[in-house]
Order: sequence, then structure tokens, then C-alpha cells
Amino acid sequence: MIGPMKQDNPPNSAKQQTPQGNTALKVDNLSVVFDVKGKPVTILSDITFSVERGETLGIIGESGCGKSMTALALMRMIPSPPGRIAGGEVNLNSENLLEVTKKRMSAVRGKEISMIFQEPMTSLNPVYTVGNQLVETIRRHKTVSATEAQEEAVELLRIVQIPAPEKRIKEYPHQLSGGMRQRIMIAMALVCNPKVLIADEPTTALDVTVQAQIFDLLKDIQQKNGTSIILITHDFGAVSEMADRVLVMYAGFKIEEGTLDEIRNHAAHPYTQGLLRSMPELSTDHDAFRTPLPEIPGSVPDLINRQPGCPFGPRCPSATAKCHEMPPMVDLGANRSVMCWLAVEEGAA
Amino acid sequence: MSDTSTESRDAESVIYHVSNLKVQFKLKRPNLFTPHPILHAVDGVSFEIQRGKTLGLVGESGCGKSTTGLALLGLVEPSQGELLFNGIDVRSISRQDMIPMRRKMQVVFQDPYSSLNPRQTAGEIVMDPLIIHNVGTQSERQARVAELFKMVGLRPSQQELYPHQFSGGQRQRICIARALALNPEFIVCDEPVSALDVAIQAQILNLLCRLQDELNLTYLFISHDLAVIQHVCDEIAVMYLGCIVEKTNRANLFRSPRHPYTRALLSAVLQNKNRQINRIKLEGDIPNPINKPSGCRFRTRCQYAQKICSEVEPALEEKSTGHWEACHFDTASPQQETA
Amino acid sequence: METGTQKLTEGAEAGTGVFVFEESTSKPEIKWRETVRLFCSNIAALLGFIVLVVFVLAGIFGPTLYPADPFELVAAPLSGPGEFTLLGADYLGRDVFIGILYGTRATLLIALTATLVTVFIGITVGALAGFYGGMIDNVLMRITEFFQVLPPLVFSMVIVAVFSSDILVVILAIAVTTWTTEARLTRAEFLKIKEREYVLAARAMGASNLRMITRVILPNAMPPLVIAITLRIGITIIYEAALSFLGLTDPDVMTWGKMIGLSRDFFFDAWWTVTFPGLAILLVVLCIALVGDGLNDAFNPKLRGR
Repeated sequence: MIGPMKQDNPPNSAKQQTPQGNTALKVDNLSVVFDVKGKPVTILSDITFSVERGETLGIIGESGCGKSMTALALMRMIPSPPGRIAGGEVNLNSENLLEVTKKRMSAVRGKEISMIFQEPMTSLNPVYTVGNQLVETIRRHKTVSATEAQEEAVELLRIVQIPAPEKRIKEYPHQLSGGMRQRIMIAMALVCNPKVLIADEPTTALDVTVQAQIFDLLKDIQQKNGTSIILITHDFGAVSEMADRVLVMYAGFKIEEGTLDEIRNHAAHPYTQGLLRSMPELSTDHDAFRTPLPEIPGSVPDLINRQPGCPFGPRCPSATAKCHEMPPMVDLGANRSVMCWLAVEEGAA
Repeated sequence: MSDTSTESRDAESVIYHVSNLKVQFKLKRPNLFTPHPILHAVDGVSFEIQRGKTLGLVGESGCGKSTTGLALLGLVEPSQGELLFNGIDVRSISRQDMIPMRRKMQVVFQDPYSSLNPRQTAGEIVMDPLIIHNVGTQSERQARVAELFKMVGLRPSQQELYPHQFSGGQRQRICIARALALNPEFIVCDEPVSALDVAIQAQILNLLCRLQDELNLTYLFISHDLAVIQHVCDEIAVMYLGCIVEKTNRANLFRSPRHPYTRALLSAVLQNKNRQINRIKLEGDIPNPINKPSGCRFRTRCQYAQKICSEVEPALEEKSTGHWEACHFDTASPQQETA
Repeated sequence: METGTQKLTEGAEAGTGVFVFEESTSKPEIKWRETVRLFCSNIAALLGFIVLVVFVLAGIFGPTLYPADPFELVAAPLSGPGEFTLLGADYLGRDVFIGILYGTRATLLIALTATLVTVFIGITVGALAGFYGGMIDNVLMRITEFFQVLPPLVFSMVIVAVFSSDILVVILAIAVTTWTTEARLTRAEFLKIKEREYVLAARAMGASNLRMITRVILPNAMPPLVIAITLRIGITIIYEAALSFLGLTDPDVMTWGKMIGLSRDFFFDAWWTVTFPGLAILLVVLCIALVGDGLNDAFNPKLRGR
């Protein structure tokens, strides 16, 4: 097999046992509506979750499930029009970010809550050097002289483990590799040492060997600064690597939430179960060769003409007549919840 | 690089024989007084593909795996090497003779969004190869298209729709239907599931496997995802910076990987199961293929690199039966392997 | 929301193959009807189309229904609109309305033909340069640059002056001097689209170069070209007007531009002599632009089915 495998938990499990108990970000009933041809379409429906300090929350789902929209809504960066936040609260430092002024919000962005994106090439401005862009970001948030900002920029590059930062700072984005560019993006996000870092598919565009480096870097930073990370991804492997807790999204709904271990080994929602089963995985079991993978039939539903009832109903192998009604969110305690009629029945039985 | 083991094999069973394939791209020169920089995209690659089997090409971006696939299809002009498809030298035949060859080899690309002409309906897209090769009458073509749609799990009534009206998985099905239209023997699958959602990946992988069994297809399966490669490939070649660094069958590669790069790749795969691997971490990025490191091209990131690695380029040698590796050392010591 | 509208289709294997032929044969009609429906839903384009049709009909049937000679002196020189004639008369006493009516045919004919020739040269050169690249691209682009650096109006004046002010020469003079814009635009589009995977896919299927240029790349390069072509018709009308204005056109043919050119000295004394032909030019150019925009939207499959 692939090197010795220990059955113990990943190192970040230590944090799970000693929760700091203070919530960094709390999101309640967040809803986002887009107007499509004059018709309101609900993209996010009552998303509720919280992130503890120093914790990583993984948000996982297929494309179009609303995971990136959640991130944008937290930053209040929903393209508007056609989008708007229809309701809910985003509490950071006992401040509802959805109610603060635009001016206050732009101060919060980058300072309290930062975001890194999937494609580091398009997120960096190609006509300025890396140093220029870093210094600009620093001086936007802090009152420091140009030379101080320059020094700070070099220091940041050192933190994100870029070799020869004095040299790299003079280079343009296109001169750097994908992994380097993502490190620069992380450095920019770290300028003000934010409480919450949203990482939207941070490694999807990178090679596998570089992916691991970026995850290590993020873990390192988290350990040093106590940053809370919201990791948005479609890759359960990435979630397993980073997350303490996992939130599964489908068609704009939070359909399941739990610790990494619970989701991985005891997924309650049929969609989560199907998603985990359908992934081909490196295994010692060589008989798995070419055996058909269990698939989830069909594709994600059309949000514009949504049928009433459970959003996963039409694709669900265990759907019953009851699923024509919207299932409730069943709270299983300790940040564990699932939106499915099966869980209701189990609880009643 | 002479393949001694292959000579004993039945020539009939080999569909594609590639030896010492090199592809170079001349880049724009930075100024008038310097020569054109040469990008060695593929730098001396040899392998054989058995009929009805799947050869996996795995590697990171820029390692030349896609270029190799395109060269095999005759879509990129190799600068050197021998390409024997069914025993016919693809490079030496004329353009005219290449046209019937094209019917036998097809391709499925990574991005089903950009590989379909947005101005054609799905039906027109799948019918296109039949029109180009002048196969059948109009009604025969229509029947064939309907049959292909069924074969890949689309409804014939969906022929009227344009690509943007389909989901990613359905578009990849259209691409597969188009590739199958002319009854090919050999299909290059260039990252066919990388752009798809996880749940859809399984659908497409199952479809590809089913079609291979039904139609006795041969695949060259290009991917960066080792889990996918393990699921579908019989033989696997690992590429790094234009060269094959390790080549063996599926069981060998995943049970006892030899090359340090292969082992690093394997250990970098993110797992969703509850297990922790002793990760071999690679430092830095892939070097620029325009100025490759001297000697062994992996030495800049290799933890075992010695002086000789910067001086002599290791050849791809058969280290154990059917297990080829390009490395000066035997780095896969027993304690690094697991049972 | 690119999740698509085909929610119920994938995975559901219950295809009804019986209907395949019926659907396939009726396909072109559906496509056409859809295009027409979309075009008609664009009010501005529809309006432009109607006005344009009026002009075209006037150009075709006007002279037959209203037989007159545009060069005939019928009223008092510089008499205003309504005095002797509907839209007044010019400095020689020629009827402005009849001038516009008879000028419609010649103006539209020159504009359309010159545009066709221009676009044909431009697209051919641009497509070849963009598709083949390398040496062919280099040579064709140097030729294009040669034509680009010549001031087009002066160049076409020279051509008309050297040859004759025959209507055919005027058309060619306009085309030969202005095709470079279309060539550059086509080349840029080709360079961009050539890299798309569906072009590679077409090549993998064994499509010939001609087929790839005409059937695969060109249709996808059309959106910006359609806009450019409609603009080109407008520019050609203005161009012809400029040449006429300088007196460099067929003296036996009345065009709108010539009317403006001939009456330019009397603009302050008799505004109607210049304004009405000018309005005709403005209206036609505007309507063509609107129609072009509407056509582009109607032919874009992505906007269909909405």
C-alpha cells in the first residue's frame, strides 16, 4: 500500500477534544434570493451554522449547491442585482454583518473576515507586482509608511513559506507558479490576521503534490493564529484533510451537519451516503477494479422550477410518499443535524 | 529503449506501439538575438497499449500527458519517434491515408463545456463524424445517432437541445457519443471526469467501463487523479516533465510503487477514509519544462538525490518483472512499503 | 443557474425512440420559427426591420409607381417644403422628395454591394490568416497593414479619379480600401476560437480545413462580425455620401450623398435640401444597426428557449 497507515485520528482531532467554546462566526437562517427574469429564485434557504475559534468547518456539495454563494453572502459580496440577501443574521463579534453600513462592512472585509479564491491567477492583478498588491492591501488596512509596509509584505511572504521573498516580491503574478500564487493570495488574506478565513476551493486548480503543501500551510497558520477557517470544496478528500466539522449542502439547503468523523462514518442523509460511496478511492482492495461505482442517478435539480418537497427526493433511493413534503431539520444534538424524513422516523421509533 | 518483454508478446494484441516519442514546441523568442526557446513537452516516451485494455497516463500539469495523447491521435506533430497504430506508421502516411485512420481513433476531452460547438444541437454534434466520413444515408445517420444517444444514456428526444442546455455530466455523455459514432477501436480519454462533480464522475466512469466491455474498446486514460486511474486502468505509466518515470501494471504500482515521485504522488492523494498516511512531502513546484534540470529531472524535488542524479539521466529500466523505473537507486526500501 | 432545465431527463433511460424521425425532420422549421419568434420579441429590432422594409420597397417599387426624373427641374429653386413640392426643391429647382425616392435604390444598392464585397474580402483574409497562422498569417497581415496605413478616403478618391466614376468602380473603391477592419476582427476571433477544444475535437474526427473554417469556427466567430457588418453598411452609405459630396460618383445616378454634397452651399438658406436626405441616411443606418443587433440575439442558441 501507500506507506504505513495508522488508524489514529488526524492531528487536528486534538482540538476537537478541547473546544475553546467561543464562537467566532454564527450564521442564522441566511437566505439568498436571485431574481431570474423577474421571478425570485431561492438560492440559499435558511442556512444556519456556527464556527468556533480555531476550528475548520468544511462546506461540501456539488456545483450549484450554493456553497460558494454562502461564502459570498458572508462577505456581503452577492452580485446585486440580481441577487439579494433575503433574511438571516451573520454574527461576528456580536455584530450582525448584514445590518452594518457599507463602510463598516468594507472595513470588516479583509480585517475580520478574509477570503481566498479558487483561481489564483485571475484573483491577482496581472499588471502589478506581487509586492505592489501586498503593500496596497497592507496600507489600506493599516496606517504604516511605505517602507514599513514593504517590510511587512516580505514578512508575510516568509510566513506563507515562499522562498527568497525579497526577490519574489518584485515579480509579477505570471512569473509565479500556481502554488506560489495561491500562497500570495493567502498572504494577502492574512494581512490583518483575520478571525475568519473563507477558502473557496483553494486547491482545486493546483496539482496534487502542491495541494498538500497548501493544506499544511493553512493548518500551520490556523495553529499559530487561532484563525477559524471555512473550507468550501467539492472534494471530500480535502475536507477529510482539513476540517473538524462538515456541513453538506444540496440545492441551497444545509442537509446535514456533523463532525468529520460522524459524516465520514455515519452519514445520515442518503445524499451524503451516496456522495461518499460514489467516489473512487485508493484502496488495498484490488478486486474493486472496474466494479461499477454506486452512482447517484440524475443531476442537481433546477432551482428555477423547483418541485415542492425534499430537494433530493427525485434522486433519492429511499424516497417515500412523505418526501413530497419538505422534511424538517432534525437536531441530533451537539451541532449534529440532518434534514431528512428518515431521521424523523428514527427519532420517533 | 528496447522493450525486450514486448517482443515476445503477440503483435496482434498490441494496438498502439509508441517508441521514443518526442514532441517539441518552438516558443516565441524574447528578442531578435536569442534563439527560439524549445519546450520539450514530451521527451522520449515509449509504451505499448494492449487491445481491449486501458493504459493510464498519470502525472501533474505540464508533465506532457495530454500532449502524448494528442500526438497519438495525430493532432500534434511529433519531432521524433515511432507511432505504430495497428502496425501502421502513423507519422509516415499521407494526409489522405490518415482520414480512414481517424475513424479508428477518437478522443474525449476534459472540459465538456468547451469541447462541444455551442452553435450545434446535440444531435448535429453526434452526427458530425458520420457526415465528415460520409457514412450512410441521412436516415441511417439519424438512426445511428438515436442509437448512440441511447447507448450513452441520453434520450433521443434530447437531440434538439443545444450544449448549454445540458448539465456537465450529460455533455460528457454527448462527447462520448460523438467519439463512438464511427465505431473506433481506440479512444484517448483526456481527463474525462476531472471537470465533473463527484457524484457525476461515478456515472461517467461506469459508462466508460461498460462501453469498453460492450464494444471491446482500448483506452488511453489520461488523469492526474490516482484514485480514478486505479479504478479503470490495467497498465499505468507515471509521467514527470515529459518522461515516463515508472511503468507497470496496476497491482504493482499501487502495491509496491518504486519511483520516489510515484510514492509522493500516491501519498499526496487526499483520502476520505479514516486513515492517516506517513506523507512524503514534495518541496517546491514542478520545474519549468523549458530549462529542465540536468540529469534526472526529478532530482530538484527528490529527497534521495545524490551527485550522480545531476549528472546522468536515469534510463527507464525493468527493475523487476514488468516493473519499469527510471531511477539510479532502489529507493523503495522495504520499510517504506506496506504489505 | 447553469444547472440546466433538463432536470428530469438524465438518468431516466425511458427514451421513446419511436419519435426520433418525426422530430429530426421537423427540426429546421423549429429552429427557424424559434429565431423569428425571438427576433420579433425584440421591439427595437422589429421596428428597425419594418422601417427598413419600407425603404427597400420604396427603392424597388418607388420609381415604377411614381415615374419621374430626379434631375428634372420642377419647382422654383430653393422653394421650401410644401411650397411647390412636398419636401421642397434644391438650388436648381429639383424635387427633394423625388431625389430621395430615386436615391434610395442607388444608395442601398451601392451600400449593400460594397458591404458584401468588403466583408467577403475581410473575412476571407482574416479567416485564412487566423486559421493557418505562421507564414500565411504574416504575409496577409503585412498586406492588411499596407491597406490600413493608406487614408481610405484619399485612396478611394484616387481609384475613382484614375478609373472612372462608374458605379461599379465606386463600389470596388469603397471595398478595397475598407476591408481591413473586418479582416483584423475575423483574424482575432479565429485565433481565439481556434484554441477551443471543440475545434480540436472536429480535427480529431477528421474534418477538413475547409469544413473547420466554414462550419466550425466561422459560425462561432459571427456575433461580433454581424455587428461589424451592420455597422459597415451604415459606414458604406456615409462613405458613398462622402465620395458623392466630393463629386466623385456617377453623375447619372442620384444618391442621398450626392444630394447633400450638391446642396452643401445652401445649408443655411435652404435647410431642407440637406436635412431630408441626411435624415434618410440616419434612419437607414440606425435601423440596420438595430436589425443587426436583433439578428445576433436571435441566432444565438444560448438566448433561445428562454
